[in-house]
Amino acid sequence: MALEDICGFQDTPLHRKCFPASHFEDTATSFDCYSAEFRGLKKSGRDSGIPLQFFLPSLPNSAPFNHRSTSPFSPSKHSVTVRRPFPLSHGTTTLGFIFQGGVIAAADTRASAGGLVACPAVHKITPIHSHLVVTSSGSGADCMLWERILTREIRLYQLRHRRCLSICGTAKLLSFMLHPFKGTDVCVALTLCGWDKEAGNTDSSFITDNSSSAGFSSQDVSAMAYPSSPNRGPKLIYVCSDGARLQGDVFSVGSGSPYAYGVLDGRLRWNLSKEEAVSLAREAVFRATHRDAYSGNNVDLFHITAQGWSRRKREELKEEYYRDMERRTKTVGERKRETVLDALG
Amino acid sequence: MEYLVGIQGPDFVLVAADNVAASSILQMKHDQDKMFKLSEKILLLCVGEAGDTAQFAEYIQKNLQLYKMRNGYELSPSAAANFTRKNLADYLRSRTPYHVNLLLAGYDETDGPGLYYMDYLSSLSKAPFAAHGYGAFLTLSILDQHYKPDLTREEAVDLLKKCIEELRKRFILNLPSFTVRLIDKEGIHDLEKLSSGAK
Repeated sequence: MALEDICGFQDTPLHRKCFPASHFEDTATSFDCYSAEFRGLKKSGRDSGIPLQFFLPSLPNSAPFNHRSTSPFSPSKHSVTVRRPFPLSHGTTTLGFIFQGGVIAAADTRASAGGLVACPAVHKITPIHSHLVVTSSGSGADCMLWERILTREIRLYQLRHRRCLSICGTAKLLSFMLHPFKGTDVCVALTLCGWDKEAGNTDSSFITDNSSSAGFSSQDVSAMAYPSSPNRGPKLIYVCSDGARLQGDVFSVGSGSPYAYGVLDGRLRWNLSKEEAVSLAREAVFRATHRDAYSGNNVDLFHITAQGWSRRKREELKEEYYRDMERRTKTVGERKRETVLDALG
Repeated sequence: MEYLVGIQGPDFVLVAADNVAASSILQMKHDQDKMFKLSEKILLLCVGEAGDTAQFAEYIQKNLQLYKMRNGYELSPSAAANFTRKNLADYLRSRTPYHVNLLLAGYDETDGPGLYYMDYLSSLSKAPFAAHGYGAFLTLSILDQHYKPDLTREEAVDLLKKCIEELRKRFILNLPSFTVRLIDKEGIHDLEKLSSGAK
C-alpha cells in the first residue's frame, strides 16, 4: 500500500471514474496540516483528507444495489450502511501494561460472531514497526484494515521524514484518521504499545501534545510511583473509533476487560521482573477467558523493550486451566493433610 | 459522570474538574486532565462525548494560538468564549455536531476575571459560579447558599471543598480526585489536587 502511494499507482479505469481529480497531492499533503484539512473535511463532507482508495468492483448494472451508497465510501453519519448479517460484539480480552522491564501486550485469540466462534486462532496483536505493536478489539475486519492503514502511514512518514514518528504522534494520527467515521458503524479500539527510541520532538508542534493534557506536564498520581513520562521510553496509548485517545500505564479492552482488570489491579507493580510480568499478563487473560464467553482459546504475549518487540510462543489456555485445577486440588489436598496431622497431634 | 465547577472571585477564578476517564463501567484513567490551556490566562474545561472533547478543545486551542501568532496579542476571555460558542453553534446544525459541555475561565487586564458557561447547544452565559455534570445538581445549591461576590481565595477553596464533600457523600459514582487551578492577573496556578477521601 505504501509503495503504491509512493509510485502514484492510481491509473485503473475505476479509479479514474471515481477520483477524477488527482489524489496524489492529497496523499502527500493531507497530513501536513491536520486541522485545516479536517475542518474542511467536516464542512464539505468529502473524504479528500484520507489517503485511501477503496475500489468498488465495477458492476454491469447497479440497479439492484441502489440502496447502497455509490460513492467509494462516505464517512458521514447519514450514509446508507449495509445491514450486518449477524450482531457484532466486542468479544475479546486484550491488555497492555508498562513496568520496569518495558511494555507487555497480551490478548486472547478468539474471534466470535454472535454466539459462534468464527476463528479460534486469530492474531489480535500486530506489530506496526520494530518498536510498536498494536492490540485490537472491536470489529475484526475494521481492526485489520485500520492496522494496515496505520502501518502504511507510519512507513510513509518514515520514508518522507527519515525518522520514526513518536508513539504519541502515531496515536494522534490514528485518532484523526478515525474521526470522520465517528457515528458510523466503524468499531475499532486499539492499544498502541511501544517504545519511543528518540528523545525530544524537534518536529512541528501538532505531534508533540500529550493526549491527556495540552500545555501542562503530565502529572502522575498513581500509587505505584511511576516516573513521569519522558519523551523516550515505554508508552501505552488507547485509541478508539469513538475518538477517545488516552495515555496510561495499564489498559485492558474488550468484553473480558473487567475480569482482567480485577487480576491486574491487585498484582501490578512497577518493579516486577520480566517473568512475573509475563505470568501476570497470562493469568489476567486466562481469568478473563474463563469468565467471558467471547474470549478464549489461546493467549498471545508480546514484550516490547528498547531493543524492539519480542513475541512469546502462543499458549493454549486449556493447559493453563488444567494447571490451575491441579494447583487447586494440590492445595486442598495439602490443607486436608495438615488438618489431619494437626488433629493427630 | 464528569464534573466541572468554576467560582469567580473579585480578582481570580477558581476552577476544578474530576480526573476520571471512563468507558462504560470502567475507569480507564484516574489522572485525566480535562483542562486545556488556551492562552496564558485562559483555561477551557471540557467534558462530554469521548472523542469530541479533545478534538473540539484542541481545535479551539490551536486557533487561539494561531490568532496570537498572526496578530501578536492574545484574545481576551470574552472574545475567546464567543469564538468558542460560534464554532459550537456552527457545528450544531451540521451533520457532525460536537457534544461537549464547557467552562471557560480567564483573566482580562481590563475586565478582570471572567467565568463563562457553555453547553452542547452552544448557549453562552457569563456567571459568577457554574458547574457541569450530574454533580452540578448536588452542588449548585451549595454554591447559591455560600457564594459572595467578594470572597477570598481561601473562602473559594473552602467552598469548593464543601462541594466535593457533598459529591463524596451523595453522588452515586466515585470521583476520587479533582484537578484544581486558579487564574489571576499573574496567570494560571496549579493548586493541590483535592481528593474526596474515598479511594
